[in-house]
Amino acid sequence: MIKVSNLRKSFKDNLVLKDISFDVNEGDVVAIIGPSGSGKSTLLRCLNFLEKPDAGYIEIGGESVDVKRVNRAAVNKLRMQTSMVFQHYNLFKNKTVLENVSHALVVTKKMDRAHAKQKGRDLLNQVGILEKENHYPISLSGGQQQRVGIARALAVNPYAILFDEPTSSLDPEWVGEVLRVISKIAKNNKTMLIVTHEMNFAREIADKVIFMADGVIVEQGTPQEVFDNPKQERTKKFLENFNRNNDIKEDSFYPAGYVK
Amino acid sequence: MVLNIDLVYVIEIIPELLKYLPITLYITIIAMLIAIVIGAILSIILVNKVPVLLQLARIYISFFRGTPVLVQLLMIYFGLPQIFPIFNELGAEAAAIIAFSLNTSSYLAEIFRAGIQSVDKGQAEAATSVGLSYPQAMQGIILPQAIRNAIPATGNMFIGLIKNSSLAFTIGVTELLAQGKLLASANLRFFEAYLAVGLIYWATTFLYSQLQGWYEKRISKAYIT
Repeated sequence: MIKVSNLRKSFKDNLVLKDISFDVNEGDVVAIIGPSGSGKSTLLRCLNFLEKPDAGYIEIGGESVDVKRVNRAAVNKLRMQTSMVFQHYNLFKNKTVLENVSHALVVTKKMDRAHAKQKGRDLLNQVGILEKENHYPISLSGGQQQRVGIARALAVNPYAILFDEPTSSLDPEWVGEVLRVISKIAKNNKTMLIVTHEMNFAREIADKVIFMADGVIVEQGTPQEVFDNPKQERTKKFLENFNRNNDIKEDSFYPAGYVK
Repeated sequence: MVLNIDLVYVIEIIPELLKYLPITLYITIIAMLIAIVIGAILSIILVNKVPVLLQLARIYISFFRGTPVLVQLLMIYFGLPQIFPIFNELGAEAAAIIAFSLNTSSYLAEIFRAGIQSVDKGQAEAATSVGLSYPQAMQGIILPQAIRNAIPATGNMFIGLIKNSSLAFTIGVTELLAQGKLLASANLRFFEAYLAVGLIYWATTFLYSQLQGWYEKRISKAYIT
C-alpha cells in the first residue's frame, strides 16, 4: 500500500503542502483533483523525490522513508517503486519510440536487449502505437507521445504509476485516446495516482478521489461521495465552477474540463 | 610603377612552410583534446553547482577568459619555472599546449554547460522516474543531445585555436608562423612570406569548416523519422 503522513513542502516562503496524509490500497486508482496551484503536482513529485519534501513520512510498496532522515540509497529504493507519466511527455528525444520504453530495462534491470525489446513491443502494442516503434518522438502527435510515455512508465513494472496531468497539454482531439489507454491499465489492477482536470474521467475510473486546495486535502472519498455529495464548502464551490464551465462549453473557447 | 610583389615566391615557399604545419596541428589538436576534458569536468561542476568547486571553477573561467592568451603563455613558460623550479624542464611546446588548453577549456566549460542545459529538464526527470541513476541519465540521454548541441560552438573554438597556436612562436616554438618569419627575414620578402603563412592557415581552417559543415548536416538529420 501507499501511506503518506504529514508530508510538508515549501518553495522558499511559500508553503505548498501542509501536512498531507492519505493512504492508498494496492490496486486502487486515486484521482487527485483541485484548482491550479493547490499543490497536486507537487504532492505527486514529492512521492518520487523529484521534489525533495521538507518533512513527513512516505511508504510505497514496502519501501519507506522518513523525509527528515533520508539517504540516497533509501531515496533510490523508493523511486524504484513508482514511475511517472508527465504532462509534457518528457520522452527521450535521442531514442526511438521502442528505445524509450526498453532503455531503462537494459540499463537498470540489466535485461538483455532482445528480451527488453520484446517487452517494449508488447507494451507499445498495449497502448496501440507499435507501428511507430522505430520513429523518434519528434515526429509523433501529442497523443501518440503520451501513449509512449505511458508504455515507458509501465515497462519498469513499478508498484504504482504516477500520472501528472497526463492530458493537460494535449490538443482536445487527442485527449480521448490517452484517457482510454489509462482506463485500460486501470482495469489491470495497477495502483495509480492521477492528477487530473478531467472530472468525468476521474469519476469513471477512480476508486478514490482526493480533493486538494491551498496545500491541504479538503476532502477525500469515493467518486460518489466527493462528486455527488461533497461535504465541504470548498469542494462544492470548485465543482460548481467546474460544472458551470462545462455547461457553457458549446460556445466557450475553453476545452472541456478546463477549470477557470 | 611595378608593385614589388613576387607571387611566384609565395608559391615556392609553401612546400617549405607546409613542413611546419604538422607541429601547428599537433599543438592545436593535443591542446583541444585536453581542453575538452577540462571543459567537460568544469561544465559538470557548473551545471550541478557543486559547492566550493563552483566558486573555484568560476574564478578559473573568469581568469582565463579575461586575460590575453599571450599573457597566459608567457606566464606559464617564463613565470612558472621561477616559482616552481621543477618547471625548468618544461619545453616550449609543452608550455604552449598547457597554455592553450587551459585557455580554451574556460570557453568550452561555458559552451558545454549551455549544451547540457539546452536539453530540457523533463528528460532528466523522466530518466530518474524510471530508475536511471544520474550517471546513467547523463550517459544515455543528456550527453548525446548536449554534445550535438555543443558541436557548432566547439568547432568555432577549434578554428580559433588553430589560429591562436601561432602565438607559440613568441616562446620559440618553430611552428608555421615562426618558419614564415625566418624565411621572411632571410630573403627580405616579408609580404610574400606572411601571405603564404596566412594562406596555409586559411586553407586549414577552410578545410576544417567544410568538414564540420558536412558533419553538422549529417547529425541534424538524426532523431527524425
